[in-house]
Amino acid sequence: MYPSRFDYDAPSTLEEAIAILDQGGGEAKVMAGGQSLIPMLRLRFASPERVVDINGIPDLEYHRIDPDGTLRIGALCRHEDLELSTIIGDTFPTLAGAAHLVSDPIIRTRGTFVGSLCHADPQGDWSATMIALGGKIIVQGPNGRREIEAKDFVLGPFVSALAFNEIAVEAIVPPAKGKALGGYLKLERRVGDFATASVAVALDMDGDTVTRAGCAMAGVGGRTIDANEAISVLQGKTLSSENIDSAAAAVAAASDPRTDHRGSADYKRHIVETFVKRVLVSVAKSEKKEAVA
Amino acid sequence: MSSLYDVIPPAPPKGVPTRRTTMNVNGTSQTMEVEPRLLLADALRQALGLTGTHKGCDTSNCGACTVLFDGRPAKSCTMLAVQADGHNVETVEGLANASELHPIQEGFKQEHGLQCGYCTPGMMMTAKALLERNPNPTEDEVRWALSGNLCRCTGYQNIVKSVLWAANKMREQDQEA
Ligand SMILES: Cc1cc2nc3c(=O)[nH]c(=O)nc-3n(C[C@H](O)[C@H](O)[C@H](O)COP(=O)(O)OP(=O)(O)OC[C@H]3O[C@@H](n4cnc5c(N)ncnc54)[C@H](O)[C@@H]3O)c2cc1C
Ligand code: FES
Ligand code: FES
Repeated sequence: MYPSRFDYDAPSTLEEAIAILDQGGGEAKVMAGGQSLIPMLRLRFASPERVVDINGIPDLEYHRIDPDGTLRIGALCRHEDLELSTIIGDTFPTLAGAAHLVSDPIIRTRGTFVGSLCHADPQGDWSATMIALGGKIIVQGPNGRREIEAKDFVLGPFVSALAFNEIAVEAIVPPAKGKALGGYLKLERRVGDFATASVAVALDMDGDTVTRAGCAMAGVGGRTIDANEAISVLQGKTLSSENIDSAAAAVAAASDPRTDHRGSADYKRHIVETFVKRVLVSVAKSEKKEAVA
Repeated sequence: MSSLYDVIPPAPPKGVPTRRTTMNVNGTSQTMEVEPRLLLADALRQALGLTGTHKGCDTSNCGACTVLFDGRPAKSCTMLAVQADGHNVETVEGLANASELHPIQEGFKQEHGLQCGYCTPGMMMTAKALLERNPNPTEDEVRWALSGNLCRCTGYQNIVKSVLWAANKMREQDQEA
């Protein structure tokens, strides 16, 4: 279907874009990659009066690691930029593990990391990684900037904590306490499909002790599921097989899947438990190898 | 059969606000007055008559409508024409020159990379971006790069072979040059 009529602006500064949103009084929508917004316009799930295209605003494409280890991802950093990134692989395995699983290669050239967070799709991959990593989002409105924790950013299915006149300008992932380990596993029926079930696990380790454990899931609930509390059973512990089993069971219990065309609720819960175990076992193995070497 | 909303005329009725949009398409600057909601795929197909860009699904899933937008593959059914203002767009029509096929086109001919041909323009544009970035891809890398382009006919084997054939040919041409 064709989108209904809208006006279009392509401002060249954030301030200008925010002013347009502010004047729009909730009837204007930001467009970043457009890879969720345009499909929504075409289904007429969204019919804004105005689309505010932020692609012409300079200096938002970056992703970089500060000297203290903080990762910063600008509003126009595309999924593909992270997939091809030479800097996140070693330091942020949870993000690197997801980067090539988000949508398909063509969507990845345009869709943005930050736009995906704003879209708040219960099946969105990046929201799960951000919650597991304890990330934050910086948003800017007419009265300046504020920071929102990733876990408080997703309020419900397709609802984020953004006010109508705010733009998310940057996502921040804090530096690891010790060494950052973990991964992202996603079951999809085919390339480009949303998650049947997916699990983001982020661990900070000091030697063989877990100093922080984070976890979140996509596709197994009405919104991105924050499983940080469930996986905190690993806090201060080693990755022994008993500890891994109890963490995986706790995370699976925190999932809230529904039976649908992608599979039964039991099946999805089982996938979650298996994925958590897989990530933790592979982390434990890689640590052992390193200790021997 | 197309419903009322499947297409809109590239030139909107009187009184509907439009934006002047100038894009470089296959090396030629093109200026048009378009409604903001006109999709890039329709601007190319209807306003410019470049019907080589196919629409296979219109739901952002199939990749038949893939064009290169500033050198990167993009689904033209999932972009607005107004977004191309000041940008470069390459379509399948830009591949061949007056006398010769592009090595990618030749590859599809040599290796029987198409049956009905519906997915082919999108496949070729995605392949072009891949080979520009990675002139010597492995079979796996080709499969990965093309994984967003669907084909209902071939089973992909010959498409992959065609792209590898083209990669080889382009490397040979580079060495000669
Ligand atoms: C075929 C297909 C398959 C897909 N598969 C997956 C998948 O497997 N996993 C997955 O996670 N996603 C998937 N997606 C979605 C894709 O990743 C989108 O790119 C992403 O969800 C949105 O990012 P965007 O930059 O395209 O945002 P847009 O489409 O531009 O915007 C989405 C929403 O967020 C708002 N928004 C965007 N950026 C900002 C900002 N900076 N500030 C304030 N508001 C903003 C917009 O107003 C809009 O409401 C798929 C999409 C398609 C079409
Ligand atoms: S027509 Fe654009 S993705 Fe299918
Ligand atoms: S050749 Fe028919 S769809 Fe690919």
